[in-house]
Amino acid sequence: MGTLKERAAFIGLRIITYVLVSIVGYIILDIVVRGAGVISWSFLTTYPNPDGTGGIFPAIVGTFYLVMGTILVALPLGMASAVYLTEYAKQGLLTNQIRLAIVTLAGVPSIVFGLFGLGLFVLFLDFGTSVLAGSLTLACMILPTIIVSSEEALRAVPQSLREASLALGATKWETIRKSVLPYAIPGMMTGSILGVGRAAGETAPILLTVAAFFLPQLPRSIFDQAMALPYHLYVLATQFPNAEAVRPTQYGTALVLLLLVLGLNIGAIMVRMHFRKRNRW
Amino acid sequence: MSFRQIQERSVKYVLAGAASTSIVIVALIFLFLFREALPFAKDPGLGALVGSRWMPKSFQGAGYGLLPLITGSALVTVLATLIAIPFGVCGAVYIAEVAGPREREILKPFIELVAAIPSVVLGFFGLIVLAPIIKSAFGLMSGMTALTGAVLLALMAVPTIISISEDAIRSVPRAYKEASLALGANRIQTIFKVVVPAAMSGIIASIMLGMGRVVGETMAVIMVTGNAAKVTLSPFEPVRTMTATIAAEMGEVPFGTAHYRALFWIGIALLIATFFINLVALRVLKSYRRA
Repeated sequence: MGTLKERAAFIGLRIITYVLVSIVGYIILDIVVRGAGVISWSFLTTYPNPDGTGGIFPAIVGTFYLVMGTILVALPLGMASAVYLTEYAKQGLLTNQIRLAIVTLAGVPSIVFGLFGLGLFVLFLDFGTSVLAGSLTLACMILPTIIVSSEEALRAVPQSLREASLALGATKWETIRKSVLPYAIPGMMTGSILGVGRAAGETAPILLTVAAFFLPQLPRSIFDQAMALPYHLYVLATQFPNAEAVRPTQYGTALVLLLLVLGLNIGAIMVRMHFRKRNRW
Repeated sequence: MSFRQIQERSVKYVLAGAASTSIVIVALIFLFLFREALPFAKDPGLGALVGSRWMPKSFQGAGYGLLPLITGSALVTVLATLIAIPFGVCGAVYIAEVAGPREREILKPFIELVAAIPSVVLGFFGLIVLAPIIKSAFGLMSGMTALTGAVLLALMAVPTIISISEDAIRSVPRAYKEASLALGANRIQTIFKVVVPAAMSGIIASIMLGMGRVVGETMAVIMVTGNAAKVTLSPFEPVRTMTATIAAEMGEVPFGTAHYRALFWIGIALLIATFFINLVALRVLKSYRRA
């Protein structure tokens, strides 16, 4: 039992921490409670109206396409980078440059990625504002997340597994493929899901590279514009700020987006916990 | 050379190539920002960026002065950091030193989950719920102020601060604590006079990384800060940040105009600012980890 002063200080710290937790809880609850009533089958599967009411089907499809495109580009690149950095790279100029580049990329503001995507993909390569330009931009943005967490997963595989495989006469690549990657893949997945969650929720880069607010049709190719959930919410919230009629659609869209992103994150945490229990060295 | 050797070599080169794309992307970012921005230096000249008048669409002489945008970003960032520090540091101390093991296992992932909430959702909440609260609490004409944006940004910085500070606090050697307790200090004295100072560089680095995130954040501020491009240091006035300016104006600006190029200069300024904040933070973190 501590002195009175000590206990007061502990209680103070606890209060500050739980004030923070309650603020966050309140935000999530506000969106869940006011959005839950809006979500229905027709909300999820119909097209929006120009006045901001209606469903969000094309925005869901657009976000799905963007996320898929981002994964296709960022996942192989990120995982290969991580394998190189943990298994092959020696201390040296190239390795240092790569590390500096990853740290730099991780700190670039999302709107600057948007400018970059606009300059390179939309204008210079002439993809136009399209799913392709947006996916590539988002892929560049989440690359560091995937690399860093994949590296962690690879490092967590004990050195003895590699040594055993090499001692049996396997080559380096055989060792990586058969003895290292199978144990590292769950950890790599975790990091990738976190990156994908970020890509799904980002607005600023797609604002400049993909976005269409009201598009009464789905994108038919990767060169088409698309709607996306975060951008849809942004436009609904800022173009019709006082229209009570749009409030339900706003909350519904916010909830769908929140569930999607938090769901991905919780999924990642569960994958991690599951495999942590399984792989006890 | 056998087939196996050739395979081994080519795998290595392919992987090295993949790893080098990060360098290529960074180079391309700089290249393409400057490529779109540079013609501005000829007409109307870089001097036009210095000034306190951001009125790129004005017919009586367009103004491209970045000062109001820089002060806007700085004001929101400083306010957000001031709000985030007490919550972040106290939260980290609580989770690392006071909370029980089970409480910690729930609190830490929960706080880290907050970092995953999309900023547009926070901005939306700020617009519908927080702005009216701030408006009535301070008796303002409008709730769209620098303070409103700062509160949202503080929420985004806190998970970074807590996560890294908590690691720093927990990695203070046990012996420090034991020595302090053995000398008769109580737990609170030990935490605030021994553990926190020992973890200080980690805590400072976490605050700086949080600031780096805040400076570059776009959606939460664009939705709630009112977006008035004027020089002010009052938290109760609307401001327009650098990020918000790019996001709001890029959509309607004709490509190739001076206004369009000025927006790329803002991007370059942002890129450089965040680069240095993060670089210093990581240096601090590294020197501390070596110690």
